Amino acid sequence: MPREAITAVPTPIGLLAELTHRCPLRCPYCSNPLDLDRRSAELDTATWLRVLSEAVQLGVLHVHLSGGEPTARPDLDLIVAHCRTIGLYTNLITSGIGPALSKVQSLFDAGLDHVQLSVQAAHSDIADHIGGLRGGHRQKMQFAEKVVALGLPLTLNTVIHRSNIADVDELIELALNLDAKRLEIAHTQYYGWAYLNRAALMPDRADVDRSIAVVEEARKRLHGKLVIDLVVPDYYASFPKACSGGWGRRLMNVTPSGKVLPCHAAETLPGLTFWSVAEHSLSDIWTRSPAFQAFRGTDWMPEPCRSCDRKEKDWGGCRCQALALTGDAGATDPACSRSPFHSRMQTLARAESGSATPPPFLYRGTSAVAQEEIP
Amino acid sequence: MNAISANDIPRLPRGVRVRYDGVRNSHVLLAPERAFDLDDNAAAILDLVDGHRTVAAIVDELAVKYQVDRAVIEGDVIDMLSELVAKRIVDR
Repeated sequence: MPREAITAVPTPIGLLAELTHRCPLRCPYCSNPLDLDRRSAELDTATWLRVLSEAVQLGVLHVHLSGGEPTARPDLDLIVAHCRTIGLYTNLITSGIGPALSKVQSLFDAGLDHVQLSVQAAHSDIADHIGGLRGGHRQKMQFAEKVVALGLPLTLNTVIHRSNIADVDELIELALNLDAKRLEIAHTQYYGWAYLNRAALMPDRADVDRSIAVVEEARKRLHGKLVIDLVVPDYYASFPKACSGGWGRRLMNVTPSGKVLPCHAAETLPGLTFWSVAEHSLSDIWTRSPAFQAFRGTDWMPEPCRSCDRKEKDWGGCRCQALALTGDAGATDPACSRSPFHSRMQTLARAESGSATPPPFLYRGTSAVAQEEIP
Repeated sequence: MNAISANDIPRLPRGVRVRYDGVRNSHVLLAPERAFDLDDNAAAILDLVDGHRTVAAIVDELAVKYQVDRAVIEGDVIDMLSELVAKRIVDR
C-alpha cells in the first residue's frame, strides 16, 4: 500500500497540537485515543517550539492548541507567544474549565488569536451529565464572558448526539447571547470513544433532519451576525466527508508524546508506523513518512472510488470508519452510497437510534472502559 | 443588509490577520477556522483596511496608486469587503 510520492506533496494548512491528554471532562465521544498518553510522556516546551517553527516553514498557517485541556500545560503562554513571533495563527480549543479562566488574560497578552470553547448542551443539567463534571457548564459560561470581554473572537463547538439534538435552536440562542462569532454544530463522528458509545449517542433520522433544518433557517436569519458551521452525520449521509480534507493533504496532528498522525484517530489503523518529532523533522514526516504516504492522493483507491468522479472531492472518505465497519482500512468509506457496506451502516444507525432504552455512557477515563478494545 | 458603503470605516478585528507566506509566495488572510490566499488586488485593498480610512478613501488611494478610474475599482472593493463583513471577518 505505501508508495513513492510521484506527485508534488501538498502544502499543509493546519496543525492540531494535542498538548496533553489530561482533561477535567470525560465526554463519551472524546476524540482522544482510548489509550491516553501520560503526563510523563508529554513533549517538553523546547520540542514544541521547534515543531511549531518547522510547521510554519512547511506552510502551516493555523495551529490548533488542543488536548485534552491545553491550559493544563503551564507553558501554554510561552507556546502562544512563540507562535505569534513566527506568524502562526493560534486557535485555543478548550473546555473552559479549571485553569482556563485564570489563564485567558495572559494568553490574550501573549497574542492568542481565537478561542474555540466546547459546550456540551444548552442547559447545565444535560451538559454536566455529558461532560461528566458537575458545575462544568457554569464555569464555561464564565469563561466565555471573559473571552468576549477581552475582545477575543469566540467560537462555540457542540458535538451533537441523541441527548442534545433537540437543543440546536437553544444552542444558537446561547451563541447569540454570549456574542460568539461562530457556532459549530458538529454531529458526532464515530471513532474511538464515540464508537464505543455509539448506541448511546446515535440520534434518529427524523431528529437529524430537523436539526439540519434548524441550522439552515438560522443561517439565513443570522447572515452577517453569526456564522454557523455544520458537520453532518455520516451514518445518514449519501456521500462521505473528505476526512481531514484528504489524507496528508491539509492537516496533521501531533500527539502529546510527539507522534505525528494524518488524523487524530489514525492510531486505530493497524500496520501503520507513525514517526515521532523526537526522531524526525516535521518536513520529513509530512513528505515521506510511510503513514502519510499510505492513503495520500488517489493511487491507493479500490473500486468504487478509483473510477468515481468524486474521488478528488472526498478522497475516499474516512479510513478509520472504513476499518471499523468493513474490517479493511483501504476500503471505500461505507458512508458512501456506492459502498457495498452502506446499507449495513444505515441499518446499524436505525437499530441503535430506535432503541427505547439506550445504554448508559461509558465515560472516558474509567478503568472498565480503558480495558475494552474497539471491535 | 451587510453591504458596506462608502462612508463605512472597515477594520480587521482581533483574530484576523494578513501576512505574507513564503511557502505559497502570496499574502494570506487568516481568520477563525478560515485561511484565504490573497491575489495582489485583494492584498492591496486589505493593506489599506486600518480602522481609520473610509471605504471611499481606500478607493481613492487605490485609484491613484494604480492609475485607474475610481469607478472601475469601487465595485470590486465594496463587493470584497461586503463579503468579508458577511463572514464576520471584517468589522465596520
